[in-house]
Amino acid sequence: MTALAPAESADGTLKLATVRERHFKVPIVLAAATILLALLFLFVPRDGTSTFRFGGAGLPDAELPTAATSWILVAVLAVLALWSFVDARAYRRPALWLTIVFGVLAVFAFLVWASADGLVPVTSLLFGAVSLSVPLVFGALGGVIGERAGVVNVAIEGQLLLGAFSAALLSSLTHNPFIGLVGAMVGGVLVSFVLAAFSIKYLVDQVIVGVVLNVLVTGLTGFLYGALLVPNETLLNRPVRFDRLEIPLLSDIPIIGPVLFNQTFIVYLMYATVAIVAWALYRTRWGLRLRAVGEHPQAADTVGINVNRTRFWNVSLAGAIAGIGGAYFTLVSVPQFGKEMTAGLGFIALAAVIFGRWDPIRATLAALLFGFATNLQNLLTVLGTPIPSEFMLMLPYVVTIVAVAGFAGQIRGPAAAGKPYIKS
Amino acid sequence: MKLELRGITKRFGTLVANDHIDLTVRPGEIHALLGENGAGKSTLMNVLYGLYQADEGEILLDDVTQHFRGPGDAMTAGIGMVHQHFMLIPVFTVAENVMLGHESTKGIGALDIAKAREHVRSVAARFGFQIDPDALVGDLPVGVQQRVEIIKALARDAKVLVFDEPTAVLTPQETDELMAIMRQLRDEGTAIVFITHKLREVREVADRITVIRLGKVVGEAEPTATNAELASLMVGRAVELTVSKEAPTIGEGGLEVRDLRVLTPTGQIVVDAVNFDVRPGEVLAVAGVQGNGQTELVEAIVGIAARVEGSIRLNGTELVGQSVKAILDEGVGFVPEDRKVDGLVGDFPISENLILDRSADKAFSRGGTLRRGAMEAFARDRIAEFDIRAQGPATLAGTLSGGNQQKVVIARELSRDLRLLVAAQPTRGVDVGSIEFIHKRIIETRDSGIPVVVVSTELDEVVALADRIAVMYRGAVVGIVPGDTSRETLGLMMAGAADPEVAA
Repeated sequence: MTALAPAESADGTLKLATVRERHFKVPIVLAAATILLALLFLFVPRDGTSTFRFGGAGLPDAELPTAATSWILVAVLAVLALWSFVDARAYRRPALWLTIVFGVLAVFAFLVWASADGLVPVTSLLFGAVSLSVPLVFGALGGVIGERAGVVNVAIEGQLLLGAFSAALLSSLTHNPFIGLVGAMVGGVLVSFVLAAFSIKYLVDQVIVGVVLNVLVTGLTGFLYGALLVPNETLLNRPVRFDRLEIPLLSDIPIIGPVLFNQTFIVYLMYATVAIVAWALYRTRWGLRLRAVGEHPQAADTVGINVNRTRFWNVSLAGAIAGIGGAYFTLVSVPQFGKEMTAGLGFIALAAVIFGRWDPIRATLAALLFGFATNLQNLLTVLGTPIPSEFMLMLPYVVTIVAVAGFAGQIRGPAAAGKPYIKS
Repeated sequence: MKLELRGITKRFGTLVANDHIDLTVRPGEIHALLGENGAGKSTLMNVLYGLYQADEGEILLDDVTQHFRGPGDAMTAGIGMVHQHFMLIPVFTVAENVMLGHESTKGIGALDIAKAREHVRSVAARFGFQIDPDALVGDLPVGVQQRVEIIKALARDAKVLVFDEPTAVLTPQETDELMAIMRQLRDEGTAIVFITHKLREVREVADRITVIRLGKVVGEAEPTATNAELASLMVGRAVELTVSKEAPTIGEGGLEVRDLRVLTPTGQIVVDAVNFDVRPGEVLAVAGVQGNGQTELVEAIVGIAARVEGSIRLNGTELVGQSVKAILDEGVGFVPEDRKVDGLVGDFPISENLILDRSADKAFSRGGTLRRGAMEAFARDRIAEFDIRAQGPATLAGTLSGGNQQKVVIARELSRDLRLLVAAQPTRGVDVGSIEFIHKRIIETRDSGIPVVVVSTELDEVVALADRIAVMYRGAVVGIVPGDTSRETLGLMMAGAADPEVAA
């Protein structure tokens, strides 16, 4: 170690040296992914032609020779991984675009290999990804709002499930999906009320209340399903569903048109909600106060903001938004309510909140990524790849773990999230 | 606006924090509220600001009785407060912090940021300083953050402004600038309440002085009163403000710190290129504004810092890389800066707190079983020796006053066979009587031939104890100067001037 002397800056004050550290996490992950793909292609070689269909818009199918294309892609991936190593050695942080391009190409390479002599319907793959993401996006927005206000919303799963249940019930009774949607929001809010009351008023640990609520809602809806819905199925569990609405002009755009603009009302509502929350959180009085009580509740209190009331209503709002996500299960994807039909998606939404760094747009993108992983697994099962289907079922969860553990390690959430505000 | 408090009483359980306090502050006057830590100054101001509800008494503004249900009401009435711990949100910009709670909006609730920026600029311009309304508060130096607090209060047209211990985090020069701002506000007709326990500042800036002791007003004083008069009023008896000590007898060996660098777990440098020696029989005081690496320096010496490079030798033995246990066994005594977090277990009795680091010592345990009798006898001796005011060894440490808690920590550290004493903020939040006692014990320790490192942000304490002074700024030692260096020079060094003789 060399002898150190702090440098003097222009204004005559001391200036500390800055330590430069090399960060090899990203290059190592990229290299490992490249090597795994190369090994897969080497030991399970597949020949033939991979067909990618961009249906609907009059685009021709793309037919690619499987072996050649996948090896070319591996070569490109290797170059990208090497590039990130060079960056890291020179103390630069690997650029985000590099990681994203790598991810897209890696998925593409894998798809080429998996679809040897098969067909990848690109449009329906993406369409399905958006559809599967809808509950995740609403759940994640509910999580973002709750945590930004200082209450960790672990009860997203419960909000989704009760939302799905009440949507099915009300839509069946009234034959109107919009009333079902309102019912879903009420269901989500009910769960939030309990979470808010216990965590804000009675200062119970928020994570524990959230977990308990999830179990409670699972049990409650399971009981009501067995006791009410099953015996009276035609009356209570035949929800009228939302139909697809094709938006003229926009839906004619190649590829993304049919993916984004030939959806149901709830999906359009999702676009609007994401945009409004993303704007309002940073640009309105509501957003400023919401973030203030989640960052430094005492400071908010000293400027006359009622911390606990602000938290209470925002947690309720979070529940309403997550409830809409629940409605998607029974008013769009499946024609009736089923026991535990949310299947842990609420927790994936929670992961999207963290991976999305408590930001509405980033959380939405994270939710879309998880939705894509789920749909990819569906496709791979259909394509009949040599990889066992059980392994494929793990895919969305592996993506979740890698995303949260690998990339979200050092990010910082709202400072007061999870801490009740007790006036001294 | 004239502020009047009449007969304010505030109780917490059986403790009477404010006992029928009367206070009148007129417009265009700086009224100092002087009292020791725990005298009830902050409680009184929190009552005034609507954070607490008084049990008895009333608050009048221009002779009209006020009922504050929360800080919002107090602010609307024209009371502003510059908090000791800034009430600022670090991840918000200056403009966002200033407008929070009274945001101007346009259209459907959208924030009018442009207006808030303009507001910040215009208030700052009145006092002749510049501030970037779009800077994140967390990135600003502490002195500037305090100005944001002041702007925040003034932006809401505060007519009565309360400064709660505003100088605790400032360098002497920043303190002077703050006083200039306070005088300007006074001349513009604002009524100012200045809460402090620092006598020098009171005499410099106050127009009137009210002294509080144990929740009661014990007297008023003129700014012409001497330090000794104010101190005896504040403490209730005559106090010795200076520590008497002989010239040091320096021995050989001691602590040698070479090229020390401390990094946070995320790789940020917090202490860099630090070199100093402390010989047996001398006190090296580490001065500096809070948060300039002193905490991390101490943590490196006692072995609890995460990443340390360089060398720390005690009588020739390398301490870097050793376990905390090994470092303690080398004879390092450590008084941590926050006794409640690092110094004591509040729910343990005094007797257990006194042997926390010696539970394996044969004197206190045998075969893994604690020897209660020996512990109790030891505790009784220490309580007597260190004048700890407690019912007995079984009293829980958390129930003691700040000064007595600190004496428990000091007693534990000084009753071992020491070869180095490191005391961080040894008298923070401690009453004047205990300060005298603790300072005396530190000097005794020095005189018994032990090297002593005292870290303090209080310049008075540094000057009272130090044989030599190392000033830290942004993680580096700006310079090491003799103990009799002038305050002005030290102040410049605390602001980072590497060569104050030239700068001055």
